[in-house]
Amino acid sequence: MHSLLNKDRPPVFCPGCSHDKITHTLDKAFQNMGLTGEKIVMVSDIGCSGLFDTFFNTHALHGLHGRALTYATGLKLARPDLNVVVTMGDGGQGIGGAHLLAACRRNLDLTLLVLNNFNFGMTGGQYSATTPLDAEVGSGFLNRLEPPLDICQVARSAGAAYVTRCSGYRHDLADEIQRAIEFKGFSVLDIWGVCPGRFTKKNRLTPKAIDAALAELPTMHGLVPENERQEYGAHYRATAARQKPVGDPMQIEARFTPPQTGRREAVLLGSAGQRIITAGEILCLAGLTAGLQTTQKNEYNITVLRGPSISELILAPEEIDYTGIERPSVIVALDQEGVDRRRPLFEALETDTLVVQIEGVRIPDCRARIQREDFKAHGIKKPDWALASLAVLAHHKQMISLEMLTAALNLRFKGKALETSLALIKKAGAF
Amino acid sequence: MSLTLMEGNEAVARGAFAAGCRFFAGYPITPATTILNNMLGLLPPVGGICLQCEDEIASIGACLGASMAGLKVMTATSGPGISLYSEQISFAIGSEIPIVIVDVQRLGPSTGSATRGADGDVNFLRWGNSGGLPVIVLAPVDLADCFKLTFEAFNLAEKFRCPVFVASNKEIAMTRESIDMDAQQLPEMLTRHAPPADRDFLPFQVDDGRGVPNFLPIGGDVLVRQTSSTHGVNGYITTDHDEIAAMVSRLKSKIHAAVDELSYYDSYTADGAKTLIISYGVSSRAAKAVFNELKRSGHPVSLLVLKTIWPVAEKVIRRATRAVERVVVIEMNLGQYVHEIQRIVPDKPVELLAQMDGRLITPRAIREKIHA
Repeated sequence: MHSLLNKDRPPVFCPGCSHDKITHTLDKAFQNMGLTGEKIVMVSDIGCSGLFDTFFNTHALHGLHGRALTYATGLKLARPDLNVVVTMGDGGQGIGGAHLLAACRRNLDLTLLVLNNFNFGMTGGQYSATTPLDAEVGSGFLNRLEPPLDICQVARSAGAAYVTRCSGYRHDLADEIQRAIEFKGFSVLDIWGVCPGRFTKKNRLTPKAIDAALAELPTMHGLVPENERQEYGAHYRATAARQKPVGDPMQIEARFTPPQTGRREAVLLGSAGQRIITAGEILCLAGLTAGLQTTQKNEYNITVLRGPSISELILAPEEIDYTGIERPSVIVALDQEGVDRRRPLFEALETDTLVVQIEGVRIPDCRARIQREDFKAHGIKKPDWALASLAVLAHHKQMISLEMLTAALNLRFKGKALETSLALIKKAGAF
Repeated sequence: MSLTLMEGNEAVARGAFAAGCRFFAGYPITPATTILNNMLGLLPPVGGICLQCEDEIASIGACLGASMAGLKVMTATSGPGISLYSEQISFAIGSEIPIVIVDVQRLGPSTGSATRGADGDVNFLRWGNSGGLPVIVLAPVDLADCFKLTFEAFNLAEKFRCPVFVASNKEIAMTRESIDMDAQQLPEMLTRHAPPADRDFLPFQVDDGRGVPNFLPIGGDVLVRQTSSTHGVNGYITTDHDEIAAMVSRLKSKIHAAVDELSYYDSYTADGAKTLIISYGVSSRAAKAVFNELKRSGHPVSLLVLKTIWPVAEKVIRRATRAVERVVVIEMNLGQYVHEIQRIVPDKPVELLAQMDGRLITPRAIREKIHA
């Protein structure tokens, strides 16, 4: 096979830089695999490792610092047939730590080569996440306060199924890279090397010293049996193919005549657990069955199981512009928490507003007409009060009719839930 | 006629799907989360990809990778997520990667109020990239806009090879509304312009008469290079000042020269109106209510609803202000876009009605401002 190195753009690393050696070794691995440039995407990070893509005749994407794995993820999922090789330094590994963890956990078939030379070569030899405590680097004393990170241990803990730590000077590195590329899943190679331009100006580090240091650490060589599992892309595609397609949204024909004319606004004031939002949706659906336009705005706390729950609803024969509530036709006071949240609303009410006040809920003095209901006394449980109040509205021909409400329930519920809800509105409308 | 009940975020997702979006990556954030939920329902069964990533940076990064592989991509977030997108947005601008970014705005600054609406990001979207190059920002007013403008956003991203924002608002995104889906007419669907086959491909070469380079995906038979660094037409880093100047001025002119073509707006004119209301986003609905109410009164107003907010539709704005004596700009922030209007209409009073408290601007507040 031919070399994939770009003859027009030879490597430009500092003399003695291990990146130069690794560039040629990577080319050898590609050749041994018989790969052509169209089958490979080099995704490179920032720093000296970010130059890699320019030396090869392959597809290439060079992006922002630490984010190489994010682009690689999108590329590989879009084109599973490509060999996606990511080059990153110890700097990129540090700033993009969250992406490394996610890639390990995800197990998408990417190959990550971390060109680990223990410092930020390009910006002046500052300390990185892998700089030894006793090194002399361009960050003053700061590196002596933070112990280096073991990339391989991190990758392994995060679920990587293929992790190798090795020297960039290893004679069989091309084979090692080939095995990593051929591995079906996320593979991480932590490749140690020398940065003559910065790091070894003040620190002694030779290929031999690297070997000695590696010998002191637990061996990380390829497969991590406890992390072996399905490759993410294949797993995703197989699982996705079994998902049911989402149909077109439900279209509702106008069949009924609404009981009132003009724009009508309702506010349901309740609390979490009263199914306020669902009741609001049913009121909207009821409106649609009479060809009315509708809007529903909801308010509830982030902790969805506690606190006030409010639904603001508009039904109108014409297009609805402003979606706020100006003059409610109806307020349903279902719980104190909702009422208290909207106290100012009551002050402005006129006699043309109907307030349905559920027994036990206090409302501020106002000029509105009050209709009191004691659902509890009729054996209706609190989670059903909002729906029951719609039956009261239908009974009084406020905004919706009983046939509109019944049709809405048929649209919203099925089976047992439908039976229960139909029985509920019959009961609530009867007293 | 039949009606459908839907929230704005679902309409965004369905608009994206109709436009051919087959890759979505996002990170949950109120009030944008239901776009992710809807895409998760729509994409996987048809072979599309929907990811929940480790953070916003990864979400948009995955989209950029997939876009370079040739897919139509979208991500969605709110203000805090746009902050994290920023460096990747700059990448998409400078390296001409098509992407649709939905910003469902919520009340800021910072984490602000997750469930309160605002239009506080309109200048942030325009200026939140390093280098200050222009972007396209569309602002939906209602449910139909969420559907149609998202579709348009894809067409524009494909045509101009740039990020296109849909600047939604919690008040549209999470409000359910009725819509007649059969009445929604969509334009022709556009895709990226492929290069002619009879000559060597250079990733950033621009044909005569076009402001936008042709596109080939990464992974095809022709090798493609992409880079976030300042590059020449061949996709390699350049230090040639003339080449750099030509590239960045083209990035600006490809958007600005097309302003007429991509200016969406609704203009409501009343005879004898002395005041013009200019609005965008959900506040336009209160403005429309006021326009309708005053139409037959002794003091009618005209209304200009801008649906493309960047680039600024200067001609449209000048034309609309010609017959009036005064302009009132309405914004759900402390006053951002008003400065654009003041710049374009220096010879007339341009007043501001600004409100940033998590509530909708009411028709009453607009009436009071007009009569003040």
